[in-house]
Amino acid sequence: MTMIEAVGEKIFGKGRNSMKVVLEHLTKKFPSRDRKNHDDVIAVNDFHFEIPDGKLIGLLGPSGCGKSTTLHLISGLQKPTSGKIFFGEDDVTNLPPEKRGIGLVFQNYALYPHLTVRQNIMFPLQNLKGKDKLTRKQMLEKALEAARLVQIDELLERKPGELSGGQQQRVAIARALVKRPKVLLLDEPLSNLDARLRLQTREEIRRIQQETKITTIFVTHDQEEAMSISDMIVVMKGGVVQQVGRPQDVYDSPNNLFVAKFLGTPQMNIFEGQVREQKLYIGEDAVLEVKGVPDQEVYAGIRPEGFILQEDGPFCCDLCGVEVMGRDISVVSTNSASLNPTIRSVLSTESRMDISGMSVRFSLIPHKVFLFHKGTEERIHFEIGARAS
Amino acid sequence: MKKKWSDSSLKGWLYLLPAILFLGFFMVYPLMDVFVYSFEEGYNSASQTYFGIGWYNYSYVLHDPYFVQAVKNTFILVMITVPLSTGIALLISVGLNSITRLRSWLQTIYFLPYVTNTLAVGLVFMILFKKTPYSDGLVNLLIRWLGGESVDFIDGPYWAKMFVLCFYTIWVVMPFKILILTSALSSVNQDYYNAAKVDGTSKFRTFLRITLPMISPMIFYLIITGFIGAFKTYSDAVALFGTDLNVAGMNTIVGYVYDMLYGDSGGYPSYASAAAILLFAIVLTITCINLLISKKKVHY
Repeated sequence: MTMIEAVGEKIFGKGRNSMKVVLEHLTKKFPSRDRKNHDDVIAVNDFHFEIPDGKLIGLLGPSGCGKSTTLHLISGLQKPTSGKIFFGEDDVTNLPPEKRGIGLVFQNYALYPHLTVRQNIMFPLQNLKGKDKLTRKQMLEKALEAARLVQIDELLERKPGELSGGQQQRVAIARALVKRPKVLLLDEPLSNLDARLRLQTREEIRRIQQETKITTIFVTHDQEEAMSISDMIVVMKGGVVQQVGRPQDVYDSPNNLFVAKFLGTPQMNIFEGQVREQKLYIGEDAVLEVKGVPDQEVYAGIRPEGFILQEDGPFCCDLCGVEVMGRDISVVSTNSASLNPTIRSVLSTESRMDISGMSVRFSLIPHKVFLFHKGTEERIHFEIGARAS
Repeated sequence: MKKKWSDSSLKGWLYLLPAILFLGFFMVYPLMDVFVYSFEEGYNSASQTYFGIGWYNYSYVLHDPYFVQAVKNTFILVMITVPLSTGIALLISVGLNSITRLRSWLQTIYFLPYVTNTLAVGLVFMILFKKTPYSDGLVNLLIRWLGGESVDFIDGPYWAKMFVLCFYTIWVVMPFKILILTSALSSVNQDYYNAAKVDGTSKFRTFLRITLPMISPMIFYLIITGFIGAFKTYSDAVALFGTDLNVAGMNTIVGYVYDMLYGDSGGYPSYASAAAILLFAIVLTITCINLLISKKKVHY
């Protein structure tokens, strides 16, 4: 056990403090500000989900999808229009934020600029009253422990303005943790950091979460961020939960076109296609055998890593160029049936193929190909058969 | 090759030139002149002669009971109106900031005195306080209705007159302060309050530890300008008590300077200059003290 883990345990014990969070048919409506349209704006629609104890959950979606509102509902800063919130067995729906035992880290950190790092971290402790009241010595100790946990104990006498973005983030987390919350909420924790710090900080968040075992919910619009550190992700769109699951499961088996497009970089390639006689046609090429799918128009989604370069492959595209990244190469091509302007296929550099000429031919990896209903955009499952060739 | 005047700095000076010239002619030169006058004993503006150089003007002014009275009045006015007006403005701004209904409507009302003509304001105060053959003024009506004895606020006892002057000053400076403070308050990021709320911070503590430090630069600005403005009070006193302030016992330092120059007993630019320099010294000292305190208490 490292010293830091020891500190984490000293503060929080071994996962005793955390608890599951249950959201029961949570709905939040905002009154319309539009004079012409008096319908309420539904920010969160029937959110029903149980967040398991001691896990790191990523709420993921494009901006305006209701993920921040969901976080605010859990924190108690906003009240749900209907539905209930449970922390463990306790109904906290009508409790004010300060009675819920949460720690909240704001997107802009909201560190008090006129207080030092130490004073910032101690601020929540100084609010404690009655039997919880701490002596100054206890407060200093706790603040130091929290600072050690996020590794900023060197910076305690500085003002927030003198810290880098990443350090401010850590102070904000320390302040949220110092009262030993049962649930830690992070609102877009990485969006104010530059690319390198983001990578570092997200691992940091993961480490802190695993050491403290606090049930942690964070909001992000960056799928990579959510995928990389979450135990589970919740993909939202327009206030409605689209899919919940372990990141890899959601990636490997998206429920609908939105989730499929939202997860993964480079983005999934989407084509207009038809299923005829159990075969998927893109343009006039029969690219894949799809057993058990009735004849219909579909959207076909192919992950960039789902292409195999093959001289006699069934899927023919016009070559635009090749981008060499070192670890792998992307072949950029076009096809008239593609809904994206270009098709991007990622191939490992080991498959050294001579790519030249006007066109390029691929065969497809079946489990990297997804079919979606043209109207509902829901996933159509098919049995994976032999590759059509 | 190193040029003494680079092109851009030459341009900069050129842009500044009009302002520098005007300030030089109308501010710096007169200031120095005042300083010189204040040491010229027995200066006669008609013949432009004087007897000698020395501290006599200062000594005269400092021993003049009217000046002592003016200094006393000014200090009382400053010490009462600056904290009170800033405090009340802060309370009103916090109130305005925490309501949503009627807010802009109330804001307009609170700002009205600022755009109202001084004479109109004076008239309102006449109606409120002045005793005329026909009425005792609204305030006296109220006092009598409550069972008190009517007071002559304009020509009566010193405290009553001082009360009216303070009341008037506070009322006149309030709108500007409210305007500044409401905008300062609404510029404080809501996330700070949310963070405090999540941490269970009481309303009072939030105000004391978050709101106040956040708007402290603006409060400081108001206190500094408030002090300077109050030390320069003159027209307010004239509006209430007429031009013969010495007789009314309500003169201010600036009023004294004016009287020494142009008043009925005037024509003494040397005494006026000495009094003006003394006022300058007082304002400078107070502002320096303010700056020293602000280093500790104001968070930018």
